[in-house]
Amino acid sequence: MKVLMFGWEFPPHISGGLGTACYGLLKGMAQFNHEIIFVVPKLWGDEDPLADFVSASDVEIDYREKRFKEIWKNLTYLEVSSFLIPYLGPEEFARFTDKALHDSTDVDESIFSNKFSFSGKYGKDLIMEVSRYALVAGQIAKNKDHDIIHAHDWLSFPAGIAAKKISGKPLVVHVHATEFDRSGENVNERVFEIEKSGMEAADKIIAVSYLTKRTIIKKYGIPESKVTVIHNAVLDVSIIKSNAHKKVPEKIVTFLGRITFQKGPEYFIEAANKVLKKDNNVRFVMAGSGDLLNRMIDRVAELRIATKFHFTGFLKGKDVDQMFAISDVYVMPSVSEPFGISPLEAVRHNTPVIISKQSGVAEVLTNAIKIDFWDIDAMADAIFALLHYQGISTMFRSCGTEELKKMKWEHVAEKIFALYDQTLTVTHP
Amino acid sequence: MRTICFYFQVHQPYRLKPYRFFDIGEDHYYWDDFANKSIMRKVAEKCYLPMNQLLLELIQKHNRKFKVSFSLSGVFMDQMEEYAPDVLESFQKLVDTGHAELLNETYAHALAALKSKEEFHDMVLKQQEKIKKLFNGYTPKVFRNTELIYSDTIGEMVAELGYKAILTEGAKHILGWKSPNYVYCNAIEPKLKVLLKNFRLSDDIAFRFGEKAWADWPLTTDKFVNWINQIPQEEEVINLFMDYETFGEHQWAESGIFEFMRHLPEAVFNQSNYTFSTPSEVAANVPPVGKIHVPVPISWADEERDLTAWLGNDLQDEAFDRLYELEPLVKQSKDPQIQKDWKYLQTSDHFYYMCTKFFSDGDIHAYFSPYESPYEAFINFMNVLSDFMLRLKKEQQKLVADEK
Repeated sequence: MKVLMFGWEFPPHISGGLGTACYGLLKGMAQFNHEIIFVVPKLWGDEDPLADFVSASDVEIDYREKRFKEIWKNLTYLEVSSFLIPYLGPEEFARFTDKALHDSTDVDESIFSNKFSFSGKYGKDLIMEVSRYALVAGQIAKNKDHDIIHAHDWLSFPAGIAAKKISGKPLVVHVHATEFDRSGENVNERVFEIEKSGMEAADKIIAVSYLTKRTIIKKYGIPESKVTVIHNAVLDVSIIKSNAHKKVPEKIVTFLGRITFQKGPEYFIEAANKVLKKDNNVRFVMAGSGDLLNRMIDRVAELRIATKFHFTGFLKGKDVDQMFAISDVYVMPSVSEPFGISPLEAVRHNTPVIISKQSGVAEVLTNAIKIDFWDIDAMADAIFALLHYQGISTMFRSCGTEELKKMKWEHVAEKIFALYDQTLTVTHP
Repeated sequence: MRTICFYFQVHQPYRLKPYRFFDIGEDHYYWDDFANKSIMRKVAEKCYLPMNQLLLELIQKHNRKFKVSFSLSGVFMDQMEEYAPDVLESFQKLVDTGHAELLNETYAHALAALKSKEEFHDMVLKQQEKIKKLFNGYTPKVFRNTELIYSDTIGEMVAELGYKAILTEGAKHILGWKSPNYVYCNAIEPKLKVLLKNFRLSDDIAFRFGEKAWADWPLTTDKFVNWINQIPQEEEVINLFMDYETFGEHQWAESGIFEFMRHLPEAVFNQSNYTFSTPSEVAANVPPVGKIHVPVPISWADEERDLTAWLGNDLQDEAFDRLYELEPLVKQSKDPQIQKDWKYLQTSDHFYYMCTKFFSDGDIHAYFSPYESPYEAFINFMNVLSDFMLRLKKEQQKLVADEK
């Protein structure tokens, strides 16, 4: 089977969990005898060669192809009607003038450059990159032979749709997070529309948790039968023996993730404040970066706990491992977390975890304390208990390890291949 | 007698190196040697060396008539010894002429006066010893608190230490209709004279000199002398207080600032009846016209002339309070490195970097800050402070164990 897969980012150039999940999935898929073409907007050259990688920046587009014009026309609409920033900067202005050119259907082909260069980052020109990516995806679908198309999250949904339009092959969309997880109820209408059209155009939808499946059904009006839950897994289920050692005498309680609304950092701070009132022999660490970082620093200063509450900024690679290794408790207080892979990483480091009930990972991890994200008293209680009552943390350690063994990416890959087969039988019996 | 009194603040902080959470408990060296050395060298070449040379020439040329005064912070003197012995030598030459007066201040250019009288005394004493050691037994008679921070009670503390006069800002909100061009005295202890900065004329040189959009640009010596001649005859003292780094660093050599200074004394002597005096001469010769009331501390910083550049937001207050809470423990410590680090951590610049007044004076804060944001400054400082607290605690436990 040949799979044409569209992603957005890939390790080591990642800013979120999507890249890590794609990496794990490709690794799991590599165990089976199938051909995978993995497309990202931009390749850096240092990716692990797990699949046939295609960088969208290197694809030449043949504009004489009629169907591209049709796609481009739709995308122009998508792009221009989607200002994330309310005023016109020079780039936005350039897009407006661009639009006038695109709109006339018989434009001289020579005015198009044949290649787009993508930044591959999440920036203010994101929507433009998403739509250009889709155009390039059409060309790739034309060039590369494949049986099925698989697109990860909204950023590559338009690419998946365009590819399906060109090749007519079935499309599977993989929902790692929805706009409701990222923005709460203040959803970006354009992103929502893109997600919805991706889900509607898809033949099958993979949700990373039942939580996400419920969102897809309830908020996007997708029929239940179309959505299959396949939980994420862990890259490596072995226990990590780190030689990192703690240099401070106190116990360490850690939050690690993007510091954004979705991750609930403020609840962690309030719980920390409660614990510190009872127990001075503990340090809290908030590792990561994000749009709420400065507000969180302000809050910690305001509570006067800054000598016991630390910020590390964005961590990667070795530093993440070190952070897990020296932590005594890991807390993930996410307000809305479709899956949430980091608690499993914590388990690998033998660190007991507290996770919010509003996370997909809570559906698969039994040996963890589960609390409501907003219940800071329960969170403080749980932190205190894990720090002081050795029984629970010892039990979590031994049972957590066993649980992990069931969460391998090759299991996920197996389920996905089965889903492909099922989809192909339905669409091409 | 009408006179001009030049005073220059010379200060460089010991900047902290990027100190991460992972370093806490392990790495006890906090200072960014590379940045500190390179900044010291850069400013030495652009400002300290050429300006000291120029002042030396002016003093020699106008023998006994041209004079200036300096306050060199203790942390500046430490860095001078470490990174710029040539600058130290040039300051020593200047002081040897007898026409460059040195003022006393807090060793670490700290905000101790606002928090701890005991620490304030300690720092003044330490600074006095340092000056004595480097400048041939020199004993300052006039005081200049960090960034001209002053209040009635700070003045009282300074008077208790035996100083004759103190320098501060001629802030509009404390002067009201009064002129800064007189000598005043402290409201609690009238023996202490208070010299007020003429901020308009001082800032004409320090801030506006090179600003081409300024209506009076370019500032010439003729223009400047013309301005001071227009000041009413009975107003006797013009206090021109500024950062020494004005010369060549804030105002680049290309702006003509050195040439302006080279010709200013001559123009003053030829075209006006002004002389030059040092602060202690002003204090001795000009009788005070009355008390100046400053119940709430003032400074020379920003538009507000208050303390909000260093204290007041949550970041600054948290850092400041946590630091000074440690005072009793530090005083018990026998470890000289702990004593030294605590002093260096008190340097006001660390709190200045945490200032969040982005929209008014934020620019000037950003210019002087090694950090990208006040938040980064706060995190870095608190990480260092957390490690410092662990060291203190460890030593404390050891002392207790030894006693047993």
